[in-house]
Amino acid sequence: MVNTLYLAKRIVVATLSVFVIASLVFGMTTALPGSAAEIILGTQQTPEAVEQIEQQMGLDRPLSERYVDYMVGMVTLDWGESLISGEPVTERVIPRLQRTLELAIVAMIMTIITAIPLGIVTASKRDTWIDNLLTGVSYVGISMPSFVSASLLLLLFTTGSLNWFPNGGYTPLTDGFFKWLHHLLLPAIALNFIVFSYVLRQTRSSMIETLESKFIRTARLKGVSERSVLFKHAMRNGLLPTVTVLALNFGWMMGSVVIVEEIFTYPGLGKLIVQAIHQRDLPVLQAAILVPTVTFITSNLLADIIYTLLDPRIELGEK
Amino acid sequence: MSQQTVRQASNQSDHLLSVDSLDVEFQVPDGSIQALRDVSLVLDQGETLGIAGESGSGKSTLALAIARYLDNNARVPNGTIEFKGRNMLEFTPRELAEVRGNQIAHVAQNASKALNPSMRVGAQIRESIELHQDVSDDEVRERVFDALDQVNIPDPEETVTRFPHELSGGQQQRVLIAMGLACNPELLILDEPTTGLDVTTQAKLLDLIKELKTGAEVGILLITHNLGVIAQIADRVNILYAGEMMEKGPVDDVFTSPSNPYTQALLATTPELNRTKELRPIPGGIPALGEIPNGCIFADRCDFATDECQTGDIDVEAVSDDHETRCVNWQTAVDNPIEAGDATERKSRPGDVILEGKGVVKHYDEGTFVENLLSDHKPVRAVQGVDLTVREGETVGLVGESGCGKSTLGRTMLSLHELTDGVIEYRGDDLASLSKAKRKEFHAECQIIFQDPDASLNPRKSVRECIERPLKLFTEQDEDERIARVDELLEQVNLSLDLKNKFPHELSGGQQQRVAIARAFAANPSLVVLDEPVSSLDVSVQASILKLLGELRDEYNTSYLLISHDMGVIQAICDRLAVMYLGKIIEYGTMSDVFAPPFHPYTRSLLSSIPTLDPHEEGNRIRLQGDVPSARNPPPGCSFQTRCPQKIGDVCETDEPELVETNQETDHCVACHLDESGTTKPLETPVEEL
Repeated sequence: MVNTLYLAKRIVVATLSVFVIASLVFGMTTALPGSAAEIILGTQQTPEAVEQIEQQMGLDRPLSERYVDYMVGMVTLDWGESLISGEPVTERVIPRLQRTLELAIVAMIMTIITAIPLGIVTASKRDTWIDNLLTGVSYVGISMPSFVSASLLLLLFTTGSLNWFPNGGYTPLTDGFFKWLHHLLLPAIALNFIVFSYVLRQTRSSMIETLESKFIRTARLKGVSERSVLFKHAMRNGLLPTVTVLALNFGWMMGSVVIVEEIFTYPGLGKLIVQAIHQRDLPVLQAAILVPTVTFITSNLLADIIYTLLDPRIELGEK
Repeated sequence: MSQQTVRQASNQSDHLLSVDSLDVEFQVPDGSIQALRDVSLVLDQGETLGIAGESGSGKSTLALAIARYLDNNARVPNGTIEFKGRNMLEFTPRELAEVRGNQIAHVAQNASKALNPSMRVGAQIRESIELHQDVSDDEVRERVFDALDQVNIPDPEETVTRFPHELSGGQQQRVLIAMGLACNPELLILDEPTTGLDVTTQAKLLDLIKELKTGAEVGILLITHNLGVIAQIADRVNILYAGEMMEKGPVDDVFTSPSNPYTQALLATTPELNRTKELRPIPGGIPALGEIPNGCIFADRCDFATDECQTGDIDVEAVSDDHETRCVNWQTAVDNPIEAGDATERKSRPGDVILEGKGVVKHYDEGTFVENLLSDHKPVRAVQGVDLTVREGETVGLVGESGCGKSTLGRTMLSLHELTDGVIEYRGDDLASLSKAKRKEFHAECQIIFQDPDASLNPRKSVRECIERPLKLFTEQDEDERIARVDELLEQVNLSLDLKNKFPHELSGGQQQRVAIARAFAANPSLVVLDEPVSSLDVSVQASILKLLGELRDEYNTSYLLISHDMGVIQAICDRLAVMYLGKIIEYGTMSDVFAPPFHPYTRSLLSSIPTLDPHEEGNRIRLQGDVPSARNPPPGCSFQTRCPQKIGDVCETDEPELVETNQETDHCVACHLDESGTTKPLETPVEEL
């Protein structure tokens, strides 16, 4: 009962946020100067021609009417057609979303299997050379903007003597796992760069805090071996804050995806957004922004649920 | 010489535990801290040894040193720790892991933090057994239940599936002890096992430890700052001060004829029930242990100190066969002991009513509209209809176990919490409709001091700024006047003027509380609410703060509303007292009324739960069954009926008793269905005859 109540509450809040963001997206995209009509007409545009095409596209209707249409469309998953190519928006956005998600998930898995164990290592070997080295590296990672790390990776591993990876592009998973991964790995590493350091530092500091807590002393004084202290007693408690950080970072990664995709010419959602902005292709743009937003909100909701599963002290529904 | 060594060696191996001239030091950036110096003790099977002393005396360090669990920066330059004849200092990590939890069990203080929050308690006890005993799964299960049985956990099957936060404080402590007992250890180290628990819970835990003593052949090392606990439980006691053993001997001898000035001072500073003693604070404070001065470590605070005490080594001297003291003047001390005199009874002349609560109700967590719609959400009924008045020049106490709503009531009276129902009047005017000017006057006149000064003083404000703040807010004084007033206040609370520009974290707990008191008194308040003002402080600091509060009260004719769970503290300072249980006042009257029959059964059990300093006092203690019911779901009828040892029947379950006056002259009221013969029995009455 309490569980479902809590869930219902969270879902209501999440839905409300989506609604607010959808409205913001609508407001901002319609406020973009210029219109698709001008782009289509290119150099041949005359005010009359622009007006005529805008009329065909329905861009001359009152804002409120377009807003209602847009909202209804979003909810019913009828996202309209691209103003430029005329294809249904879903057909443009969904495959792109899928590719971006592939990239983000690979990057996330990479973070989980590298940053968390290394964070635990740095915590348990606190103040040794390995701790200093890893925290040092992560400091560099935090300070480097993603376009720098992505460009560096691209220069280093797609040209010259270390020409190990294709310099961009994408092949679908159906063409073979390794080929797929080969294209994906480098942009994923670039994305991973941004969140790796945060996750490592978060894991390290919360593990250190946990290892200094009284119940760890109790465990050691029970004669529990250092290994079990770390993995049985400390890990579950120490990784709780990391779960939240992972979820937040997943959203953040969806934001950085635009830059990384652009650099690696990866045909994902990010590139689509950039393209849609250039072309003032509002329906595509709106959907392409809204979809990752919903993903972000959903991943936060999921993190909260995982958190409560890990920590029995959080009683769902009560503060 | 060699013969002597041999004799000693064979002697030591007879003991379960023997610590000999142990030194422990901690390396810190600017030198080292000599935490323990020349500490020796022996403990035999089946014996309970109490280690007592103020905080900072090294008690917990000693306990952890014995379990060989010291921080990385600790060193043991000298001494031996022998457990069953084996020098533990030479144990390999493997040997240590075998002994820990198996033969030596360390039960840490503060059980809520010492249990793993994300493991079920059953699994935590189980782990100990699986680590050390080679037994089948079924047997492990059985032994988990046995251990829980041994600590009187009512429903072991249910409890093993719980997480620590789902248990009450007393039960958490029991689980922790059960974990210690799971492998039938030979040495049980109990570090402050009852600190932070309510007296009624403490009384039951002490019973449990007594039971363990008689049942098993276990040696118990009981570490506590509470001398009453030692007096009730231990066979022998060692008094520790600033890392040195000051006195050791059988509890009877040490408590009846303390032979060290420190022990005497400690006893004289401890509040005792049924004896209105004038608590004697110990002057000064525990020294920093960076550099150890020559001579006696206590000399600076000692009434008997002579020149001899300032120089040379102070050795341990024998008072009798098994009673030793580290003092050169112990004979003088025994002849003229430091004792607390009897307090002179205060004549309070209550004046006009300052603050009056009428039918005060405070609910927490009332739930949102949706919650109430979808579930039968119940609010926390922290205060349920309380009448309370505080007059000019009187000190009213508010006592009760944790969770009874006393702090909430105190804060609601100052309108720090919003009122759910009822009226609070400040000098006859409803607080809710005060004019702005009058409200400012109310805030200036009614101040509050909290339990934890560390948390209630702004860490970024200097002492001077902290004290000056109310002067700026509530008075028209210019800067010179304010600075003069700050100096005056610092003097009144016995703080050196040098501290003026220090920040709260640079002060000790006692000093911080003095600053908080100076701040509260700055604008000449007529009423100060004291919310557990001394409960986080050491007993000697506690006595000096209580003394200070008494002096300030006399000087400013201030009224206090003192909130405390500690009857000793209440007794030391209050004129009238209200006893609270589950959000209601169940007894009210002058101090002598409440501490003497007729008793409310709850007051009776509270009073009888408090351990006294007299080791011979057996008393017929009342043990309350179960825990305080949830304030979300208080029982019908009398709120105390679920635990009352004197429950008479259905009437208790259906009718809520009213506060009835038993003494018209002093306005003593008791809310109970019992007739006179039930409430007037003396405190010593055995439980069966109630």
